[in-house]
Parts: sequence; structure tokens; C-alpha cells
Amino acid sequence: MSALRLLAFGWYFQFKTISRSPFEGLFQIIYPLFFATVAFLMFRAGDDPKTLLYASLGSAVMGMWSATSTTAGGAMQRERWHGTLEALVASPPHFALILLPITLAMSTIGIYCLVATLVFGRFVFGIELTVEHPLAFGLSIVGTVLSFGALGFLFAVSFVRFRAAWALGNLFEYPVWLIGGFLVPLVLLPDWVRPISWVLAPTWGMNAIRESSLGGNPWPDLALALALGGAYVSVGVLALDRVLGAARKRAALSLT
Amino acid sequence: MTSARIFAVGGLMSYRALFYWLTPMIYIPSLVVAPIFQILLMAYIGRSAGLASDEFYVVGNAIQYAAVPCLFAMMQLVGGEKFQNTLSAILVSPAPRLPLFFGRAVPVVLNGAFVAAFSLAMGSLILGVEIPAESIPALALVILVAAFSCTGLGLINAALALRIRESAVLSNVFFGFLLIFTGANVPLSDLPGWMRTISDYIPFTHAIEAARDLVDGASASSVLDLVGVELVIGGAYLVVGYALLRFFENQGRRHATLERT
Repeated sequence: MSALRLLAFGWYFQFKTISRSPFEGLFQIIYPLFFATVAFLMFRAGDDPKTLLYASLGSAVMGMWSATSTTAGGAMQRERWHGTLEALVASPPHFALILLPITLAMSTIGIYCLVATLVFGRFVFGIELTVEHPLAFGLSIVGTVLSFGALGFLFAVSFVRFRAAWALGNLFEYPVWLIGGFLVPLVLLPDWVRPISWVLAPTWGMNAIRESSLGGNPWPDLALALALGGAYVSVGVLALDRVLGAARKRAALSLT
Repeated sequence: MTSARIFAVGGLMSYRALFYWLTPMIYIPSLVVAPIFQILLMAYIGRSAGLASDEFYVVGNAIQYAAVPCLFAMMQLVGGEKFQNTLSAILVSPAPRLPLFFGRAVPVVLNGAFVAAFSLAMGSLILGVEIPAESIPALALVILVAAFSCTGLGLINAALALRIRESAVLSNVFFGFLLIFTGANVPLSDLPGWMRTISDYIPFTHAIEAARDLVDGASASSVLDLVGVELVIGGAYLVVGYALLRFFENQGRRHATLERT
């Protein structure tokens, strides 16, 4: 119970903090709109302008991923720069319970991106959003946010030894947009890429959102996104224990 | 002689000291790998939308990505002085401003051109786009002019960094505008009229068009007019950027806000 309370309060605190940051808050909402505009213009000028709704949903989830990937990689690094990392690591709860709400808050900002992109598409490009299964659509968004936050958590832990962790986080923005099938159907990609996209939760989160909006069956995709999210957290917790153990042994926790 | 030293040596030293992306841990992911993925992403979206050939996206995005090193480096080379607490020392010195600021722009132009050329080469190799060997010298010139042109915009960005706290956000916003308006991903003929009008006056538009013509086999002489326009646009942005730098320097002195971050 106290773990859940910590997760909830941690998420709320971090979400409020990030929302007020010009870079992590406002900018993460504006920046994906540039790519959404390019995508809308490309699909509108292309062979089949009817695919605009496909592009609108894809662009919206692209924004959700941007909000996570660019900031989550450096989440632990940020605490280090603030001088709060040692205090947080030394506190009684497991450090994962402190780090996970941070990356979940980052991915929650993605909901702003999603709404902003859909509204932008509706009023600037006239793209009508049809939601066949509203409940499934809402749950798919929540599930996708959770799975993005879990992947962000894994990034934060994996990149902790890199001084410029943010650059590695940035690096994963375009590749996930591409192989997650946000704007490009996976069948267009080379065969060897598909297994990589299968182990990425964003692929299944995107599918779930699209299926629930267009009238398919989103539940298997949503279950896979959540299962992969759970796997990322498990791997992240194991890696975190090793990373923190090594840092304590070498007294390197605060080194930047 | 002093001006020449400030221009060449001072420019290079400032570049190495203040452009912190030169470390391989940032340079490789941000300026070597990321542009290749931008090219791949746009080329595949283009295939999905059935809009244009791979060549269109390889050339457009390789050149457009030069915006990242040009905008961010110029911003760091001027705005970075503020965060290092060295801005006052520089601005109180009698060093002539033209070589002081323009000397910093030279390495930025060269690095921007390198990033664009490398991205073009890698993108072409991966997606099988053929570049005629006889076009390569002219393409190199076009890329250099494109980097120069965007560095002009970078100087404006740098001037604004003297006043604006979130200069990284501003650099990204400029990058986003260039992504939409330069015709890197959407043919100019498919852009709304008002967007086409804007695209005529911003860096990269003419360079991208010239580079596409060259890759299609056009002669160097046939794109000279486009290169000339790009050069003039770059020059105009440099002049505006320099004027803004002097303006904000003057404002900073008057209001004692130079060091305010």
C-alpha cells in the first residue's frame, strides 16, 4: 500500500514539476506538431488523402513517444545534477519506486501531445477523429502511457553511466517512430526489422489506439503493450540494483 | 592582424570550448546517426504516402539536417558565454565585434556542411540513390552554401540567446519551421501559397532545389542562380543576426542584464 502511495504521490509531484518546465512541458507539446504538420502535408498530397486519419493517430502517438524518449534517458542524470540522487538512493524505499514515477510523469505529458495533435489535425487540416470504441480508446491511451513510462524507466537505468544520457534518449526518437509503425505500415519495412518492432511496447500501444479508433479489436495489442511494459520494469529493476551496487562500491554515485 | 587572429584563432578556440556537442558521446548520436534515421523515416513515410521518390527525401533531409549543428552551435557559441560567466569579459574587451562573432561562424559552417554531406552519402548508400560522380563537386559547393545560409539564421538564434533563457527550445522551433517550409519533405508545389511565399525567403529552400537538380544530372552552371539566391539569403540573415547581436549587447549594457540567465 505504501508503495502504491509513493508511486501515486511521486507521479503527481513529478507531473506538476515537468508541466511547468518550458522544455519538458510546453516544448514537448509544440515540437511534435512540426512533424505532425509534415506528415499531414505529405499524406494530403500523396496518393490517398483518406489516410489522413491514419496519419493523425500516428502523429499523435509520435508526440507521446517524444515526450518520453527525449527526457527519460536523462532522468537519473537530472537527479545527479540537482544533487538529490544520493539522498533519494539512501532513502528507505527501493529506488525504482522513486524513478518509475518520474518516467511515468514524462510519458503522461504525452497525453497533452496526443490531444494537441488531434485538435491541431481537426482544426487546421480538417481531419475528423472517429472513435469506434471510446472506452477501449481511453484504456489504450492509458496503457500506452504506462508502457512508454516503463520503457523510459529502462532507458533511464540503462543510460545512467553515460554523461550525455539525453543524447542517447534523443537518438531513439526517430527509430521508434519508424519501426513502431506510427506512420509507416510495418509491411513496408524490411523483414529483419519486424522482430525488433515486436519487442517494442510502442508498436502495440500504437496498434491498440488505432484499432480502438478505427473499429478493430484493440485488446490483444493492449495486453501485449502492458506485458512488455511489465517486462521492461522487471529488467530495469534488476539492472538498477546492479548499477546502484556498483556505484556504491566505487563511490561513483554522484560523479557526473 | 589582431582582427585576423581574433577571427581565426579566437573563432576556433571558442568553437572547441563552447560547442559541447563535439564530444563523441553527443556528436555521434546527434549529428551522425540521427540524420540518417530522419532520412529513413521521411523516405518510408514518403513511400507510405506515395508522394515522392527516395532521392527526394535523401537530398532534402540531408541538407535540412545541417540546421541542427548550425543553429545549436551558434547558439552555444554566444549564449554559452553567458552560462560560463565570460560574456561580460568578452564584451568589455576592445576586440572588434565583426571578427569576434563571424570568426565563430566559420567552424560552424564547416561542421554543418560535413554533417549534411555525410548524411547525404549514408542515406544514398542505404536507400540506393545514385549520385552522378560529375555532380559531386557542385553538390559539395551547394552543401557549403546551405550551411552558410543556415549559419546566418544561427547568428540570429545566437543573438536571441542573449535575451531568451530557453534558447534550446528556440533552436528546435527554428529546426521545425525549416522542416516544414523548405520543401525538404513536401514538394513546394504542394504547399499552400502562403507557405510557398515564406519558403522563398528562408535558408535551405534554394539549396535543396539545386541539390536535387544536380542529383538528377543537371549541370553546375544550371543551378548557379539558385546557389546565388541561397548565398544572398544567408548573407542577409548574417547581417540581421549581427545587428541583433549588437542591439542586445547594447540593451544588456544599458539595463545591466548581460549576465542574467
